[in-house]
Amino acid sequence: MSAPGSLTASDNAASSDAARFDAVVVGAGPAGSAAALVLARRGHRVCLLERGPYPGSKNMYGGVVYPRILDELLPGWWEEAPVQRWVTRRATMMLTADQALTVDFRSEAWGQPPYNGATALRPDFDAWLAAKAVDAGALLVTSTTATGLLRDGPGGTVGGVTTDRPGGDLRARVVVACDGVNSFLAKEAGLYGKPDPANYTLGAKEVLALPAATIEDRFALGPGQGADFEIIGCTGDIAGGGFLYTNRDSLAVGVVLHLPALAAAGVRPEQLIAGLKAHPAVAPLVAGGELVEYSAHLIPEGGYDMMPTLTGPGMLVAGDAAAMCLAAGIWLEGVNFAIGSGMAAGESAAEALERGDVSEGGLSGYERRLRDGFVLQDHRRLRHAPHLLLSDRVQRRYPQLACDIVEDLFTVTNPEPKPGIGRLVRRRVASSGVRLRHLAADSWRALRTFG
Amino acid sequence: MIPASAPVPVSFEDRMATVDFRVAADAHITVDGDACRGCSTRACVTACPANLFVPMADGGILFNYEQCFECGTCYLVCDTAGAITWRYPEGGHGVAFRRS
Repeated sequence: MSAPGSLTASDNAASSDAARFDAVVVGAGPAGSAAALVLARRGHRVCLLERGPYPGSKNMYGGVVYPRILDELLPGWWEEAPVQRWVTRRATMMLTADQALTVDFRSEAWGQPPYNGATALRPDFDAWLAAKAVDAGALLVTSTTATGLLRDGPGGTVGGVTTDRPGGDLRARVVVACDGVNSFLAKEAGLYGKPDPANYTLGAKEVLALPAATIEDRFALGPGQGADFEIIGCTGDIAGGGFLYTNRDSLAVGVVLHLPALAAAGVRPEQLIAGLKAHPAVAPLVAGGELVEYSAHLIPEGGYDMMPTLTGPGMLVAGDAAAMCLAAGIWLEGVNFAIGSGMAAGESAAEALERGDVSEGGLSGYERRLRDGFVLQDHRRLRHAPHLLLSDRVQRRYPQLACDIVEDLFTVTNPEPKPGIGRLVRRRVASSGVRLRHLAADSWRALRTFG
Repeated sequence: MIPASAPVPVSFEDRMATVDFRVAADAHITVDGDACRGCSTRACVTACPANLFVPMADGGILFNYEQCFECGTCYLVCDTAGAITWRYPEGGHGVAFRRS
């Protein structure tokens, strides 16, 4: 990792056109490091710029990565990736004030190579991936904030970035903006419209220290195995959800909150985390955990329909900066989409540099690669999922209805004989206030979205 | 093996004390008190996860940038044009997560 003083070398470089970088990648998160790694491997001079003191220092997420996207880029990644636990247990909980209905799946296969999901801490994981880019030849410059774009005239081709270091302009033939959910660079380039708070959620979480053996006992896990609990119905009047993940010797518990509802509710995020931790189905799992870090971060929840223009002259946008986090209810993924889009950006930028055409047309391979792969195919297929999942019925009425039906199903009311299941369901639906046409319409939407 | 210990309430100050901040000399957020005085929603006050916006008796907002998570919630929920100006802090400064 470069010490803060190391920009001096590139200050000198910046003054000489011949020595400028081929590419500046802004942000050493998973998207930026993947882009820088691909570009450096193809022999291009890459500067990987990070505003934090180390990669991952500004990054926070729920807690699970799905690293199979690295199979080709870093074969055998699982031998060395800084993983906390391999997720072998995946549960979805629907909560009401005093009920919980959980679908709980476990697979021993997920605890063996090539694995599936893993819990990891971002300062570890992001630093590991950034080090791969450095090993391939990228220059990592930390503690330096990109403050704007260098352009050949107003609206012209992007030719680098300005930074907050004295004399710290970095000239490059291509800029890859991986500067996160607030991407000031994509906004400055005019690639985004006016941001709409309805496209964002706030994630807030607590990391609670507990001994590894306690975690394995409570979650019924073998050594090194982990659990991933996604929770709905735990955020009161605010659309969103909750999560509970196991690290090696800590738990990550938190909530995700739709911004407009959070703004209107007058409830503080940490109060909602406290409520989740006090729920009878959750409290025994987190009891005694000591708060060792509180954190918060925005999530670009809106998916496909909020994405910016992905390419401009001399510029590409990837990762959260391009809203590529997938928040589709049963699938909550982001790091893999960041890596996938970063790789595509790196390949397309390399191709454009090699052809000597970094115009919008020259960089058009980026969007084509994304459309041919999982990044935009998944996002396009699931474009209506965020709206469906944040609706009041999915958030509150259906969890309550499902819990009530299951409670009726398993409550033995002798001496009365058991009612038929159909009758029981119809009775509960009728008393729930959920209209059958809404249930049918939502089922149809869910089938079309997820089917 | 579930300990019966009740959860210990954590004060907001102790909560924020779990987070590393490398405070920059200059504020990266500015709040226009005049604009805030005309605001009735004050969404920033409760939505900010770090609780950095404090309503004042005169209708203005007192803001402290030192313990900012740099999430962006405040400027997105703010519906008063120009009230909150937000950029990233100077490189190397601001929040530095360790276990996120």
